[in-house]
Amino acid sequence: MSEILVLVEHVDGDVKKVTFELLTLARSLGTPAAVWAGPGYSDAAKARLAEYGAEKIYVAAADEIGDYVVAPKAEVLAHLVAERSPAAVFVAATGEGKEIAGRLAVKTDSGVISDAVGVGEGFVAEQSIFGGGVNVRSRVTKGTPIITVRPNSTAPVAAAAAGAEEKVEVALSDAARAARIVERVVQEKGARPELTEAAIVVSGGRGVGSGENFAIIEKLADTLGAAVGASRAATDAGWYPHQFQVGQTGKTVSPQLYIAAGISGAIQHRAGMQTSKTIVVINKDAEAPLFEIADFGVVGDLFQVVPQLTEEIEKRK
Amino acid sequence: MNIVVCVKQVPDTATERKLRSDDKTLDRDAADGVVNELDEYAVEEALRLKEAHGGEVTVLSMGPAKATETIRKALAMGADKAVHLHDDALHGSDALGTSYAISQALKKIGFDLVILGSESTDARTGMLAAMLAERLGAPQLTLARKVEVEPKGGTIRVERITDYGYDKVEASLPAVVSVVEKINEPRYPSFKGIMAAKKKPVETLGVADAEIAADQVGLASSWSEVVDFAAAPPRAAGTVIKDEGDGGAKAAEFLASKKFI
Ligand SMILES: Cc1cc2nc3c(=O)[nH]c(=O)nc-3n(C[C@H](O)[C@H](O)[C@H](O)COP(=O)(O)OP(=O)(O)OC[C@H]3O[C@@H](n4cnc5c(N)ncnc54)[C@H](O)[C@@H]3O)c2cc1C
Ligand SMILES: Nc1ncnc2c1ncn2[C@@H]1O[C@H](COP(=O)(O)O)[C@@H](O)[C@H]1O
Repeated sequence: MSEILVLVEHVDGDVKKVTFELLTLARSLGTPAAVWAGPGYSDAAKARLAEYGAEKIYVAAADEIGDYVVAPKAEVLAHLVAERSPAAVFVAATGEGKEIAGRLAVKTDSGVISDAVGVGEGFVAEQSIFGGGVNVRSRVTKGTPIITVRPNSTAPVAAAAAGAEEKVEVALSDAARAARIVERVVQEKGARPELTEAAIVVSGGRGVGSGENFAIIEKLADTLGAAVGASRAATDAGWYPHQFQVGQTGKTVSPQLYIAAGISGAIQHRAGMQTSKTIVVINKDAEAPLFEIADFGVVGDLFQVVPQLTEEIEKRK
Repeated sequence: MNIVVCVKQVPDTATERKLRSDDKTLDRDAADGVVNELDEYAVEEALRLKEAHGGEVTVLSMGPAKATETIRKALAMGADKAVHLHDDALHGSDALGTSYAISQALKKIGFDLVILGSESTDARTGMLAAMLAERLGAPQLTLARKVEVEPKGGTIRVERITDYGYDKVEASLPAVVSVVEKINEPRYPSFKGIMAAKKKPVETLGVADAEIAADQVGLASSWSEVVDFAAAPPRAAGTVIKDEGDGGAKAAEFLASKKFI
């Protein structure tokens, strides 16, 4: 079977869950080969990738790759596409992942599909568009299919494979060195699961009222082992850091369970969460549009309902 | 400084959006066209940079005849002139075709800085800025929440949002920037602005004018295709209860019934 390249998402040397999802998906359609681009590669990373089915691991670990915006990673992938003629390339549909895929598509004169929620036989991708209103199946017709896949679209399943390493040396072009990262600013991360990876997300909006009040959202999240999210109103007010924003210009999440408290459900917010499997909404306004897509809704004051919910969950543990 | 802002007309997200049954492309006639929201932030940033450093702001939009409404709105906000890339041959272009056509138009117009929104509400690929940077060989400064330019030294610095916070990124002009909504608060066009926009120059470019190879654009030349599509099955109607003092407990029961707890 032909190789499918999976670009590894990693932070501080840790492989992110979405990579295991992509390897699992790739295994159903070909032979998964992981591509590590940037510093931080280790035996631990290798072991994890092999555990989830990477037959091969291409390693381009030069520090330089991490020093510039997006372009170096696209060059590593383009090099491998030229050398290995893979059947397809899978990249996580994160902000950066989509940009890498876009540049790779231009470099390799290949079609690209954005934000797939599934990929089937013949690399036909499923997408959910127009705020979840329409399901589309699409495919690449020229070049090597490049598909960005939304995190949480596939359940990761371990399946041990060889994980044979192969070093990749790519001489970066001047163009790839044009936008230099001079500083990385890391804002509070906390011990909670990553927003896009979490099985459960609890989000708060303007109704939460203040940064301090987000403690009740966090408390509910912690009893459920969930990630915390926020609406734009809450991040703009400075109540929660922007990287926790869910929505069109924030993260797209697709958890098993999404709980929204004090969020009205503007189209831009829905764009980031409407593919959640189960949606629970708490809002004091019965007319809030988010109730339209709720599986369960409580019309009430979140300062009553959320603590009671937290307490009930604690009791049932 | 010569700034070009890429502005797209998109169907109003408040109305029902559809794909055409004939060629499976977006039905641009079915819904009202509005300016892609994030592109208003791009226009605003261009205007602020011009106000700080001087220069000219040109709006570039690729789209059908009715995209002129969107172009006028950007002009009413304060942009100086516009280029409307408009040709039937462009209909149905995918992201690659669009990025190629726009890059050709940009080469023709010339620029120190190109500013885009980070995503359109219809296509939502979020790829165009990266593709343009690749095609133009210009630095990619995307997902910016802050932009600072030093036109004298020809340098630009942005704060690029990331999964963990933000990166400070530096490059030389000319460059391609995309912005997120944190960057500014777009102004509303004033009455004076709206009147002035009517007299501002809008140049229409066709495929031949912009030296766009016809076999690289349009539906037939796309690199991808829609196989089929269908309306998503509606979500099963949920249960909404009014809190009578036990709303939290009821919610917990629901979660338990779904095996979340
Ligand atoms: C270009 C652009 C991009 C955007 N991107 C995003 C995005 O990525 N994510 C995003 O979320 N938004 C985004 N927005 C903003 C979006 O349009 C809405 O303004 C935003 O989602 C509103 O947040 P909210 O629901 O928290 O606030 P509101 O709409 O003000 O809703 C607050 C809700 O809280 C309820 N409430 C108040 N007090 C209580 C209480 N005590 N108990 C229970 N309920 C209470 C109210 O009834 C109300 O429904 C974007 C907008 C633009 C223009
Ligand atoms: N047809 C178009 N004309 C002008 N600008 C566009 C067009 N399509 C996309 N853009 C720009 O590219 C950005 C990202 O769009 P997209 O890649 O489609 O999500 C938008 O915010 C616009 O700034």
